[in-house]
Amino acid sequence: MAIDKFLVEASHIMMFARSIGDDNPIYYDEDHKSESGSEGIIAPPTFAQSSAQFDPDYFLRPKTGGVGWFGSGKEPTGLKPSGSGGGGGGGAAAGLHAEQHFEYHLPLKAGDVLSATTKPGNAWEKESKRAGKLKFSESVTEYRNQNGDLVITATGVGVQTERPVDS
Amino acid sequence: MLKASEIKVGDTHTEVLVEDLKRTQIVQYAGASGDYNPLHTDEIFTTKIAGYPTVFAHGMLTMGMTGRMVTNYVGDGTLKKYGVRFTSQVWPGDTLTSVATVTELREEDGESLVDLEIVTTNQDGVAVVTGSATAKIAS
Repeated sequence: MAIDKFLVEASHIMMFARSIGDDNPIYYDEDHKSESGSEGIIAPPTFAQSSAQFDPDYFLRPKTGGVGWFGSGKEPTGLKPSGSGGGGGGGAAAGLHAEQHFEYHLPLKAGDVLSATTKPGNAWEKESKRAGKLKFSESVTEYRNQNGDLVITATGVGVQTERPVDS
Repeated sequence: MLKASEIKVGDTHTEVLVEDLKRTQIVQYAGASGDYNPLHTDEIFTTKIAGYPTVFAHGMLTMGMTGRMVTNYVGDGTLKKYGVRFTSQVWPGDTLTSVATVTELREEDGESLVDLEIVTTNQDGVAVVTGSATAKIAS
């Protein structure tokens, strides 16, 4: 994954905060000043994950132009699941998100313009009673701001399971 | 922001993250995050093709809600690190409770820091997310 321009916008932050049930005014009121000294609109800790919106090739978003989508329409699936979960989170039918880690180097604020580059990390396998053979793969994404400064390092671990996870 | 003089190892902060998680909230998260994996919103695909009993929440939705508990405790814009493992799935109807426990107070590069251990559990007491966080505190 490489993202040239991730526009960090106030309305996107507001919608993201709503979706995680967070009504903290620091996520929508530019005049709010936190007791910790934060002011202006900042992004919640996991907001960088929504950079997927700015990845033109993100495979978990239906594409325009008649390209198939594996979700249901007339049939339960539009095509055979394909693609690898990688480490970015989620995956196709058998891909799940196993771990996610963020390191915060600078505050992320509305108005920032980030770019992101992702590199593969470690890969390993494990046997599990609940889902058979598990194939883990790690990816490391660096988010830099408009000044080229490192803002967030995100490490994701994706897992491909042999079968659906027993619950 | 937490003050070093006001917290100690073993202190806890607990919040209920969500009661009776609705499928609509999962749809909200899909729209905001851009992760439209049908496993989270498409009941027909998820039951008939993927083989799960129903749709389930994005791990990142649970991490996001858990992060809300963390920032409510440590203050806005103070996090240095936050990481989790997704240990069990979260289903519509779940009620989640999250606890942060202070594991260490320390100094690093001239900053005062607190380390937290984090566990989010469902209504059956099963851990769905476990992890840790580090935040700046006032000395």
